[in-house]
Amino acid sequence: MAMSPQPAPFHKTLAAHGLQLRKGAAHTLQVNTGLRCNLACRHCHLEAGPARTEIMSRQTMEAVASLARRIPFQSVDVTGGAPEMVPDIEFLLWELSPLAPGRLFRTNLLALEDNPGLIDTLAERSWSLVASLPAVNESQVASQRGGGVFSGSIRMLSRLNAAGFGMGGPRKLHLVSNPTGAFMPPAQASAEKFFRRELTGRRAINFDSLFVFANMPLGRFRSWLESSGNYQEYLNCLRERFNPDVVAGLMCRDIVSVGWDGRLYDCDFNQAAGLPSQGAAHVSDLAAVSEGMEIATGDHCYACTAGSGFT
Amino acid sequence: MADYYDTQDLANFADMGKDAPELARKFFDYYGSVFAEGALTEREKSLIALAVAHAVQCPYCIDAYTRACLEKGSNLEEMTEAVHVVTAIRGGASLVHGVQMRKIAEKLSM
Repeated sequence: MAMSPQPAPFHKTLAAHGLQLRKGAAHTLQVNTGLRCNLACRHCHLEAGPARTEIMSRQTMEAVASLARRIPFQSVDVTGGAPEMVPDIEFLLWELSPLAPGRLFRTNLLALEDNPGLIDTLAERSWSLVASLPAVNESQVASQRGGGVFSGSIRMLSRLNAAGFGMGGPRKLHLVSNPTGAFMPPAQASAEKFFRRELTGRRAINFDSLFVFANMPLGRFRSWLESSGNYQEYLNCLRERFNPDVVAGLMCRDIVSVGWDGRLYDCDFNQAAGLPSQGAAHVSDLAAVSEGMEIATGDHCYACTAGSGFT
Repeated sequence: MADYYDTQDLANFADMGKDAPELARKFFDYYGSVFAEGALTEREKSLIALAVAHAVQCPYCIDAYTRACLEKGSNLEEMTEAVHVVTAIRGGASLVHGVQMRKIAEKLSM
């Protein structure tokens, strides 16, 4: 059998299209609160899980809030791991709440079950929820996230609807779906239609929108790609779908990504890849985002430029 | 030739246009239009294609439409049911011809 050619490195593909990936104005402050998680999803680019101990300290949270006071971000985006499992998470949410008009809290849904007070805080402070739900059937969700996760997710989505999230008002509930294997995601509009048919039509669960994203060939997903013999073909698949038109709108251009220990990155995926931002090293040192600064890239970036992109 | 079927051959499907470009253009234009979203969704059309691929036993099509079904958001339960649908039709098509067999046999028999 003929071997597939090695994909061109991402930076060479950018250059071949006459493109550069550089920082624009900083609109979003993304805060990764740690790698501890109640789940160990097989596609997790950060390899988060119950055995991980890396979580954001209160001191780092204070530095994050201080940054949000220095730089007027349009939105803050709190993620993990499972941010629900970080002891001082409510402190961070209360500190950040008055500092940005847009507020996103990412949840795997199950971690919220053990933290009902947090749902009240998120509702009171008008945080939008971004919840992971790869599919609308038990088997695919189980294959990616573990047994029992689908029924738990459905239970929590109903509770969130009852708390006013996803019901068309200011408490937004967005869903995120990643493919459950080494293949590309469906078109977002048709996937949303399908999710609405299955979730709203059959289970009376409401949500505001669905985002579909390709899996990052990093961390636990990369390990699975390699052990299952899918890595090269998956990377080729991403490269073949390189869309130069999405480069200008990539999220890494307008995001400041803070790791659990306060280190700065251009995006959450570069955290997993160990590629720090080329500017200030730590959240305490950042005075302003240098527009025009080059963004660190790797071949995982192909996942953000495939098809309609990851913006 | 080592094998009649090679997984790499599917990527060379467009080679069929080399000596009959106009026919190939018409076919691939038609093919693209057929699979675009219409009264049926792209996901539903891929499930039909997957089922038919099994009926015509085309390994290229099974490869392509297994991946397409997953990429359009289908799951293994739906895909397996689709194969059973086409299997039922194939089996049923054989069985229903038994009626013809019985008619002929009854006419010939005392």
